[in-house]
Amino acid sequence: MAVLVIADHDGKAVRDTTHKTVTAALAISGDVDVLVLGQGAQGVADAAARITGVRKVLLAESAGLGKMLAEAVEATVLPLAAGYDAVLTPANTDGKNFAPRIAAKLDTAPISDIVEVVSADTFVRPIYAGNALETVQSSDAKKVITVRPTAFAAAADGGSAKVETVTGADASKTTFVSEEMVKSDRPELGAARIVVSGGRALGSAEEFHAVMDPLADKLGAAVGASRAAVDAGYAPNDYQVGQTGKVVAPALYLAIGISGAIQHLAGMKDSKVIAAINKDPDAPIFQIADYGLVQDYKVAVPELMKALG
Amino acid sequence: MKVLVPVKRVIDSNVKARVKADQTGVDLANVKMSMNPFDEIAVEEAVRMKEGKEHHAAGTADEIVVVSIGVTQAQETIRTALAMGADRGLLIQSDTDLEPLAVAKLLKAVVDEEKPDLVLLGKQSIDGDNNAVGQMLAALLDWPQATFAGKIVIEGGKATVTREVDGGLQTVSAALPAVVSVDLRLNTPRYASLPNIMKAKKKEIAVKAVADYGVDTAPRLKVLKVAEPPKRSAGVKVADAAELVSKLKSAGVL
Repeated sequence: MAVLVIADHDGKAVRDTTHKTVTAALAISGDVDVLVLGQGAQGVADAAARITGVRKVLLAESAGLGKMLAEAVEATVLPLAAGYDAVLTPANTDGKNFAPRIAAKLDTAPISDIVEVVSADTFVRPIYAGNALETVQSSDAKKVITVRPTAFAAAADGGSAKVETVTGADASKTTFVSEEMVKSDRPELGAARIVVSGGRALGSAEEFHAVMDPLADKLGAAVGASRAAVDAGYAPNDYQVGQTGKVVAPALYLAIGISGAIQHLAGMKDSKVIAAINKDPDAPIFQIADYGLVQDYKVAVPELMKALG
Repeated sequence: MKVLVPVKRVIDSNVKARVKADQTGVDLANVKMSMNPFDEIAVEEAVRMKEGKEHHAAGTADEIVVVSIGVTQAQETIRTALAMGADRGLLIQSDTDLEPLAVAKLLKAVVDEEKPDLVLLGKQSIDGDNNAVGQMLAALLDWPQATFAGKIVIEGGKATVTREVDGGLQTVSAALPAVVSVDLRLNTPRYASLPNIMKAKKKEIAVKAVADYGVDTAPRLKVLKVAEPPKRSAGVKVADAAELVSKLKSAGVL
């Protein structure tokens, strides 16, 4: 049996999430191919070919694929799916968008956001905002699976697979209008080694940025936020860590003024080390934090900046 | 424009789900149930389209049909949507929890009957967390899809949707009829007023059975186990920022 991994990339390089999805794919089968979808993505395909364990790389290009429009992805992947027993892709907003569409066309039940491969047909996935882990066995001949990247180690580089070009389809009923991507020199939230995250206690968008940005820059960290802070408009939606936002698992997660609602914890509880600063000693975040500092962030963060030198 | 809004009755978002001792599922006995929060946002947006609120032109939507697939009590969920401003409801009764593929097939059958111009639904339910039904319905209908909507503009036979994606926002234009799944920031749903709750009692809810639609709803996934995630325990409290930094340094993460 063979597995097709649909790569996640930024147009220039494959993202780490692709390497992690390859790890999940290799737990299902030794025959893993990577499909790179995009426009002008030859460099990405070459990079994907270096991932250890990859048999070959397929490259499909079109304008619609350049924007990862679900209809274009579906039309490109369907003819290829005949040669595979499973299609895997990271559970990011692209994968979540197109994977179920492909599954429906194949009359197969998609398996979303897996965190463990038990066997070639059995997987573990979080449900109820991560409050439960469900083990499911698929009876479908062909499987479509999205993979939670933080749950898998990244496959190393060092391979030299060949790259083949395949037909890239376009979308007909959907057109790309525009995009507005947040420009930042900071690492990406999903891939950062350190995440500093701010909550509703910060009180305003100005204060959020005045406190979090210098701290993130000092630590080389990505900035996250609780849903409460996002809902209040202190931080962009893109910053949201939680079951309905991003799921992160950095080496260090530093929570500032975050109480620790269930849905937030679901997005960060797999971090290696969790540190929390909150003036409320009863904040739920302290129940899972390795290091807790009960103090107003207005006192703690300036002192923290000083202590970091 | 006719809008179809599928809604799901789920555990209330403020209740912590507890796994049953025998690991067969989550204990829902005597637990407060509510409309899936993302679906509530979809209902609100449809009602705003009908009312001509925010940026929507008056009469953007002229009829809102709400459909739910679930137990008899899901009628309460439909009733909530009717009190918010939807026009009529349809319950497809099912005592077993259906998988997203089966739900999408049933919804396709409903779309074939109702012929809406737009299907507006939550991006995921907070129980199964699959995030799949909207995309699957669009595929089965061969309709365009726009997922994770943070803004929807209906104009000239198209839905122009600003999507909440990793790294920022993407705006796409989908020819109607289309399926649009909604994200958190699209709107803040209203609380139904008492007069509207009273009025909703008179609105029609048709009740059908899954079997009436003749689609294959057999499960494809066998749930072997539902377990509690590993627990993380509280660590130590530190006195000040300096001690925090030294602890983090000795833990090797700074």
